[in-house]
Amino acid sequence: MGPVLAGVLQLLALITALALAHVPLGTYMARVYSCDRHWRVEKWIYKGIGADPDTQMRWPAYLRGVLAFSAVGVLFLYLLQRLQGHLPGSLGFRAIDPDQAFNTAASFVTNTNWQSYYGEQTMGHVVQTAGLAVQNFVSAAVGIAVAVALVRGFARSRTGELGNFWSDLVRGTVRILLPLALVAAIVLVACGAVQNFSGIHEVGQFMGGSQQWNGGAVASQEAIKELGTNGGGYFNANSAHPFENPTPFTNIFEIFLLLVIPLALTRTFGLMVGSVRQGYAILATMATIWVGFTALMMWTEFAHHGPALELAGGAYEGKEVRFGVGSSSIFAVATTLTSTGAVDSFHSSFTGLGGGITMLGMMLGEIAPGGTGSGLYGMLIMAVIAVFIAGLMVGRTPEYLGKKIGTREIKFAACYILITPALVVVLTAAAMALPTPGDSMTNSGAHGFSEILYAYTSASNNNGSAFAGLNADTQWFNSSLGVAMLLGRFLPMVFVLAMAGSLAEQRPVPATAGTLRTEKPLFTGLLVGAILIITGLTYFPALALGPLAEGLAS
Amino acid sequence: MNNSLTNTARLLGAGLGALLVLTLVTGVIYPLAVTGIAQGIFPGKANGSEIEADGKVVGSSLIGQSYDLPLKEGQETPEPDLKWFQGRPADGLGTNSVNTRYQLILSGATNRSADNKDLIDRVTAAKAAVVKDNSTADYKVRPRDVPADAVTSSGSGLDPDISPQYADIQVHRIAERNGLSVARVQQLVDEHTEGRTLGFLGEPRVNVLELNIALKDLAAKG
Repeated sequence: MGPVLAGVLQLLALITALALAHVPLGTYMARVYSCDRHWRVEKWIYKGIGADPDTQMRWPAYLRGVLAFSAVGVLFLYLLQRLQGHLPGSLGFRAIDPDQAFNTAASFVTNTNWQSYYGEQTMGHVVQTAGLAVQNFVSAAVGIAVAVALVRGFARSRTGELGNFWSDLVRGTVRILLPLALVAAIVLVACGAVQNFSGIHEVGQFMGGSQQWNGGAVASQEAIKELGTNGGGYFNANSAHPFENPTPFTNIFEIFLLLVIPLALTRTFGLMVGSVRQGYAILATMATIWVGFTALMMWTEFAHHGPALELAGGAYEGKEVRFGVGSSSIFAVATTLTSTGAVDSFHSSFTGLGGGITMLGMMLGEIAPGGTGSGLYGMLIMAVIAVFIAGLMVGRTPEYLGKKIGTREIKFAACYILITPALVVVLTAAAMALPTPGDSMTNSGAHGFSEILYAYTSASNNNGSAFAGLNADTQWFNSSLGVAMLLGRFLPMVFVLAMAGSLAEQRPVPATAGTLRTEKPLFTGLLVGAILIITGLTYFPALALGPLAEGLAS
Repeated sequence: MNNSLTNTARLLGAGLGALLVLTLVTGVIYPLAVTGIAQGIFPGKANGSEIEADGKVVGSSLIGQSYDLPLKEGQETPEPDLKWFQGRPADGLGTNSVNTRYQLILSGATNRSADNKDLIDRVTAAKAAVVKDNSTADYKVRPRDVPADAVTSSGSGLDPDISPQYADIQVHRIAERNGLSVARVQQLVDEHTEGRTLGFLGEPRVNVLELNIALKDLAAKG
């Protein structure tokens, strides 16, 4: 069997596994967010929080909960890193500098997991396990909570109530992420991922002498890193490191983990709005883009255009032998179309067009299938835009899921889709115009520009992967990328929740013969088109200067 | 005003409470539970899949290492010890720059782009070296026989594997340097070649450390 056929079979196996998980997980999550009863452990947690989980919140209250929890999270993680030198169980590692600690705190609380540090030499057990890994759980749960609030906005009528943020946060963590992560972590250890607290290992070598490496709670962090679409590696090499991703099976398993919740949430959405077929239309849109991108990536990586790769005879620079080109291509697309940003191979050494595909994936807004929760709400915002475009074409007031899409909703949606491109383009331009940021580039020419464009695209979209040649541990990059991550996460959430509140207050519009059938393939086609055209028009000039210039030259 | 301040304080207090409780659950209980289960059921794997040979640990089956001659005076990069099977280049590996009382290996890739001059030079040099090192009196390696993994650095810099093609072209050299027959060394490579998992996952590979341990045994037996 050739590597191309093996790559295609791996993709098909992955699709099958995701399809099998879709219905049970999606149904389970719908039940989690609709059920009235609290588990006993949850009641203890609510007591610790001091909040009543049964109080219904309108959108401003829900938003205040999100912001307060996240603000405390940034502060706590910042202090934990600043105090690392004094924390017991930290291998004696010293405190993190202020600019890097701010960047990392912002990064993990926003579900980005951009890393300007080398994990194995910088972060001790306590910061990794009780700081970074905790945000892997809760930032993912916050994302799902906001998505569920928006879905409730569509599902409910003549009320402004969107649910209770604390209850959604705790349930997402305790009932969904924690049990899945536990099982996944055990599977990873069984395949060879490390899990210990024995500190620095001194290990003998074949040729004599010894080597030092840093152990830790790697498997437990790896599981939630993929499942919560986080992406922050325990080690610098992330999921390319054999202790994080030891075998070809774990590679496909990790890709499965990072896709499974965002895809299953489409069923949760369908069930909660009372029509699973609406969920399937959204799922079909995500799947079309994901499979299309994966096919393109495999094509360009197997073709390996570019002088160094042609000389080598294959696109193996930055890729591991056990995964090969096919499996690495599937990982690269999945991680950039979700908000994960974990990598099992290094995107900077991909072909010019391959690097462009990873960037374009993020630029779509990470909605196919996107991050845990953020993918669904991002996609629903695009659906609102698509319905609006269709309404303009036929001259009807647009409706979606029985709700009128009026001026207010369109204003919120427009603000939502303008935020990230504005951050990316303005900050990239600023970095290119300033005298010093360019010194951080490893490569020159079009690829050097791509390193900076990639960095701001990744941060503003809360992805976290990188063209890692860029030395991002400078005050400029730590600060500007930190701000981009915070604004790119929380400003869109403001508009999502505002729209949810506005939708929940409406009375439903009865469907008529003239209503656009949003559960039909025609709408899926319209939605895919709207997404590609809007993103294409926004980013084409920037892409032309970077990956397109590089890819077409080779 | 006073009222809204109180409300903000109460809200931040709730946020802090939630964070602390969830930290206890996901940052303390969860990792300890996983560690307990892992150490109980898979202690070898949870501690890094270390391999022993002749009664002492010689590395991890998951972590690639270098098989070089000791550094000579005035040399900056050591030469490969051609008696042993060689792994992939690891130009992206780093040494630690903070907390320097440890000598940790820093995993990483070169991150050079496909049109990077430096990468083109490295690949060219690596290819020439692979051809030269592996050609023996009666076996000539042609440049087009050299597989891509032999001349490129991996993502982690710690790739424990090479492709079966790269192992194959080293067979004549290994046989010659160890005084073994080509057929016997080829058999050793074949025994250590692992196909795709379930027939389609990943790529076929040869674990270099395991192969070299077996080679050492074989050479000792003569």
